[in-house]
Amino acid sequence: MTALTTFRRRGAGSLAWHLGSLAVLAVVLYPVVWVIGGSFKPNDEIVGSLELFPANPITDNYSRLADGIADIPISTFFGNSLLLAVGSVVGVLISCSLSAYAFARIGFAGRGVLFALMIGTLLLPYHVLLIPQYVMFQKLELINTYTPLLLGKYLATDAFFVFLMMQFMRGLPKELDEAARLDGCGHLRIYWSIVLPLCRPALITSAIFTFINAWNDFMGPLIYLNEPEKYTVSLGLKMFVDQDGVANYGSMIAMSLVALLPVLLFFLAFQRYLIDGMATSGLKG
Amino acid sequence: MGTTVTHLPTTAAQPLTEGDEGSVPRYGPGGGERRTRAAVRRRGRRDNLAGYLFMSPWIAGFLLLTAGPMVASLYFAFTDYNLFDTPKWIGLRNFTDMFADPRWRTSVEVTLWYVVVGTPLKLAAALAVALLLNQKRRGQAFYRAAFYAPSLIGASVSIAIVWKAIFSDDAIVDRAQRALFGVDVGGWTGDPDWIIYSLVALTVWQFGAPMVIFLAGLKQVPRELYEAAEVDGAGTWRRFWHITLPMISPVLFFNVLLETIHSFQIFGSAYILGGAGGTCGPADATLVYTCYLYVQGFENSRMGFASAMAWMLLLAVGLVTAVLFWSQRRWVHYEEAAR
Repeated sequence: MTALTTFRRRGAGSLAWHLGSLAVLAVVLYPVVWVIGGSFKPNDEIVGSLELFPANPITDNYSRLADGIADIPISTFFGNSLLLAVGSVVGVLISCSLSAYAFARIGFAGRGVLFALMIGTLLLPYHVLLIPQYVMFQKLELINTYTPLLLGKYLATDAFFVFLMMQFMRGLPKELDEAARLDGCGHLRIYWSIVLPLCRPALITSAIFTFINAWNDFMGPLIYLNEPEKYTVSLGLKMFVDQDGVANYGSMIAMSLVALLPVLLFFLAFQRYLIDGMATSGLKG
Repeated sequence: MGTTVTHLPTTAAQPLTEGDEGSVPRYGPGGGERRTRAAVRRRGRRDNLAGYLFMSPWIAGFLLLTAGPMVASLYFAFTDYNLFDTPKWIGLRNFTDMFADPRWRTSVEVTLWYVVVGTPLKLAAALAVALLLNQKRRGQAFYRAAFYAPSLIGASVSIAIVWKAIFSDDAIVDRAQRALFGVDVGGWTGDPDWIIYSLVALTVWQFGAPMVIFLAGLKQVPRELYEAAEVDGAGTWRRFWHITLPMISPVLFFNVLLETIHSFQIFGSAYILGGAGGTCGPADATLVYTCYLYVQGFENSRMGFASAMAWMLLLAVGLVTAVLFWSQRRWVHYEEAAR
C-alpha cells in the first residue's frame, strides 16, 4: 500500500519534472527548429506561416546558395572562417599552455604580479583596446589581413584559457615532476612529455571553445577585413542581410543554418568536454 | 570577444601563494648546508629563466596588445584624431561633447536598460532551470546539454537573423501577443518601444551557461542540511531561502559579476537585429553603447571620441565590479569565512 503510494507519488513527480523540462526544451529549441523548417519554405511563407515545417518542402533556398553572395562562392567564406578558427586553435593551445605551465609549475620571481595582471585582463572590456589596436595594425599596414585577428591567439591574450589550463595543471600530482626532475628532465621536457599529455581534457575544452568563438566572431572581422574575398561566414551573412536579404530571404535563412552547422556538430561531438569544463572551472578550489 | 566562454572561475580571487610549486627544493641527502644553499640559488635562477621563457608569449602579448593599447587609448581620449592626421590635444572636449550628445545618452540608456532588465531575468531563468534539473532523474544530462547549446550559438549572426524573423510582424511572438493580450505592435523588431525586449529575450535564451555553473554549485550543497531542515519542519521555500541561496551565493556572485560585465559589452546581436548602418533599430532603440562606439570610431573616424567612450565604459564596468565586490561581504557566504 505504502509502496504503491510512494511509487505513484514518484511517478507523478517524475511526470511533472519531465513536463517542466520539456516545456523549457521547447522554448530553447524553437529557434533552431524554426530555422531548419524555414530553410525549406518559399520566401513568402517563412515569416508569416506558423507551421514549423512546410507541407511542400523546397530545396531552392539551398540550390540558390550555390550562386554565392555578391558573386563570391560561399565556400570562400567557409574556407576563410575555417582558416581563422584552426589558426586560432593552434595559437591558443601553444601559447596558453606555456603560460599555464609557468604559473602552475615554475616558482619564478614575480609570478604573483604577472598572475594578478592576467586576472585583470580577464575582466577588462575588450573595447578599450579596440581603437588603439586598430590604429597600431593600420600603421603596420596589416588591415585587411588575418594577422590582427590571429596575433593575440599566439600571444596568450585569452586569459580564460590560461586560467583553465593552469587550474588543470595544478591538479596534477607534483610527484610526477619531481621524479622527472631527478631523472634530469628540464622544464621543457616535463611540460612537453608529462604535463601536456595529462592535460588533454583541458586542451580539448580550450580548443573547442576557441574554435567556436573564432567561428562566431563578428566584431573582429567586421573591423579588420574590408575585401569580400577575405570575409568570414559571419561577414558573408551580414553582407547577405545588407544586400538581398529581402528578395532572397529563404537563402539567407538557409545560409544561417549552414553557418551554424560546424558549431552544432562540435557541440554534439564534444558537449561533455564543454559542459564539464564550464562547470568545474567555476568551482574548483 | 566570445560571450559564452569568458567565465572567470571563482578561484580567481585566490592568491597564488600556497604550495609554492618547485621553488624550494628538498634538501638533498648528504649535502652540506652551504652547498645546498648554493644549489637552491642556482635552481632559483634557472627557474626564473625558465619561468620568463615560458611566459614570454604572454608578456609580449600583454605589452603589445593590452598595456600599450590601454595607454594609447587613454591618450587618444583627450585628442581629436581621425586616424590619418596627427592626434590633436583637446583636453576634456571629447568628454564634454559626449555628455552633450543626445545619441550618446540614448546609447547609455539603451545599454543600462538592457543590462538591468536582461541580466536579472537571465540569471533568474538560469537558477530556476538549474533547480528544476537538480534532481537525480533519467534524462538530466540530456536536458542540461540541450539547454546549454544556445549559449554557444546565441551570439552568432545566424541567430540574430533568426531572432529578427521570429520577432517580426506576423511571426509567432507577434501572433501570440495579439491572441493572448490583444495588443498589436506589428512585431517587436519594428517597434521602438519593443525591440529592446527582443534583445533581452535573446540574452535570456542563452541562460544555459550560468545554469551549468548554478547546477555545479547546487550539487555541492550537503544533503544533510536539507534533511536537518526537513526534520525541523522547514518548507520548500524556507529551505531555498535559508539553505540553498546562502550555500550557492559564491556561484551566484560569480554569475552576476560575469553576466553583468558581458551585458555591458553586447555588440553583434544588437548590430544585426537593429539593422546595421547609421541607425541602430527604429529610433535608435537598439543603439547599445558598443554600437555607438563603433559608429563613431569606424564610420565617422572619430578615434579620439571613441576612445573617450571606451574609457567611460571601462569606468562603468570597473565601478560595477567594485560595487559588487564591496557588496559581497553582505550577501556572499564563503565556507572558509566561518573560521
